[in-house]
Amino acid sequence: MASHGIEIKGLYKIFGANARQHVEAVRNGLSKAELNERYGHVLGLKDINISMPAGGITVVMGLSGSGKSTLIRHINRLIEPTYGEVVYDGVNVCGMNERDLREFRRHKTAMVFQKFALLPHRTVIENTVYGLDIQGVPRSESLKKGQYWIERVGLTGFENHYPNQLSGGMQQRVGLARALTNDADILLMDEAYSALDPLIRVDMQTVLLDLQAELKKTVVFITHDLDEALRLGDKITILRDGQVVQQGTGQEIVLSPADDYITAFVKEVNRGRVIQAKTVMKPFDGLADGVRIEATTTLEAAAKAMTESGQTKATIIDEAGTPTGTLDLQTMMAAMVTPAGSDTSKMAAE
Amino acid sequence: MAICEFLPRAFCRFPAISDSYIRQARQVIDDGFRGLVREYGYIIDALKAPLQWFLNYLERLFTTSPWTVVLIVMLVVVYFGSRSIRITVGTAIGMLLIGLVGLWEDTMTTLAIVTVSTLIAIIIGLPIGILMARSERVQGVINPILDVMQTMPSFVYLIPVVVIFGIGKVPGLIAVVIYAVPPMIRLTNLGIRLVDKEVLEAADAFGSSRGQKLWNVQMPLALPTIMAGINQTIMMSLAMVVVASMVGVGGLGRNTLQAINNQFFTYGFLNGFALVAIAIIFDRTSQAFGMRLQRHSEVVHG
Repeated sequence: MASHGIEIKGLYKIFGANARQHVEAVRNGLSKAELNERYGHVLGLKDINISMPAGGITVVMGLSGSGKSTLIRHINRLIEPTYGEVVYDGVNVCGMNERDLREFRRHKTAMVFQKFALLPHRTVIENTVYGLDIQGVPRSESLKKGQYWIERVGLTGFENHYPNQLSGGMQQRVGLARALTNDADILLMDEAYSALDPLIRVDMQTVLLDLQAELKKTVVFITHDLDEALRLGDKITILRDGQVVQQGTGQEIVLSPADDYITAFVKEVNRGRVIQAKTVMKPFDGLADGVRIEATTTLEAAAKAMTESGQTKATIIDEAGTPTGTLDLQTMMAAMVTPAGSDTSKMAAE
Repeated sequence: MAICEFLPRAFCRFPAISDSYIRQARQVIDDGFRGLVREYGYIIDALKAPLQWFLNYLERLFTTSPWTVVLIVMLVVVYFGSRSIRITVGTAIGMLLIGLVGLWEDTMTTLAIVTVSTLIAIIIGLPIGILMARSERVQGVINPILDVMQTMPSFVYLIPVVVIFGIGKVPGLIAVVIYAVPPMIRLTNLGIRLVDKEVLEAADAFGSSRGQKLWNVQMPLALPTIMAGINQTIMMSLAMVVVASMVGVGGLGRNTLQAINNQFFTYGFLNGFALVAIAIIFDRTSQAFGMRLQRHSEVVHG
């Protein structure tokens, strides 16, 4: 279990020769377009403040050009910030000297890349122990660990294949095994599943969730796919043009999108898979009848349970098993369908 | 020219600096150069000594060993380098033909000098290439030097070499190395610069030091390109060995030079073909070896 979260405080990134000079102007409201037009500098990130909880999956979501890949590279400082701090365990990563940074990268972080970035001349097992090689762990020890993680990600039998001999999904399993073998607290996943087929992507999400349930690492996951974000994220941060537009749990974002941009995003989401029973339940009426459903169950799962048992009403219970509320089919249906405004526009479009 | 009647003289005939000035300047430079060589002759001799020793040792080893032993060793090297029966058999046929026409000993001499010059070119070229790949400034300085080295006619190399090192095998060797080292440097530089940026980023993300990045990632991934550089260097050494015979390098090159001077048509071509045979053997073996090094990239997932 990871012991420390990551705090990103007031982070700015401007690309260009005299980046530092323009921070103040950007802070005072100089827009991305103006900065580019007038000074030839590109605004990458503007005043980012995110608190990433220890042991949870924080998803950073945004479309291409939103700065999400730039952001994740600040956490292990593959990109130097123009201004601001990334604090882990009381230490500002952006202020570390070269040696400390190298040690931090070796022992505290592991990264999975969109295009896998495996070493083509190393076999699967050799790739898996790469991080340990860098740390100077003898092969006699590292190969055992590598083998364990190869088995965990389901690549047994492929240890001596070269990456080129594997499919994309399998290559990313190697990428994941390589990161996990490092046994670091922080797992950085930069659009790790974006290059995979939809089915394999869902498969890999399951692999990550299963492993995370057991490992409880501090995961930072970058994606452009809201469904992926909602499925994986304990906390979701939405970036647009280098700024945070909204932060919160999946439910919060789906139920109360901060602006039109996010509303447009959320419209297509399968709400039944995001909204939890406790969010829409009515206060407990004293009659513990119907199916008993846990408070954090999604509406889709709740609906399935109710349909299977032929009931139209359910009792919501908390972790201790005490009834806390009731839920009927009608309320559920109302919550699961997309709100009226966006629904009519969708029908008009069809 | 009629037009010159209407033009000032300087527009018609190039107004060259007067001959006496140039003569003086040449004299000063040449004398200075010679003086320098005389002054620091002991350093130059000290530099020459290990090369001389290595070259003589290898040449003696090649020429005095029974041809059967040399041939067997050669075939073993070729086979384990290329893992190809075809190339090995081709080598055997080529070498036997060379022996049959009486050029075995000269070929051994040439083989010795090409081996030594290739080794030296690799030893010099590899680190320079690595330095070039790591620094834009170093690349900016070395690139024009390489351009000059590669366009300068090979005969011109011989002049400073002869002035500084005199006539003989080692000066010839040095000329060959100077001629053959540019592709080694260039392709080492290129190979390292072509390494996938994403893989390098991964190496950084896992906390690699510069040395670890070089030996774990850059060198292995640049190896096919570096092998192409070694291959080019061998080919250029073989070409230069003929020219270097003018300053006293023995072997097939000297025979060719004699053939030119005496119009020995057949003899000249026999020596030429012997060089071609060696070149093909080196080329095929080193290329097959290079291909084997990148076996990992051959089997692509379908």
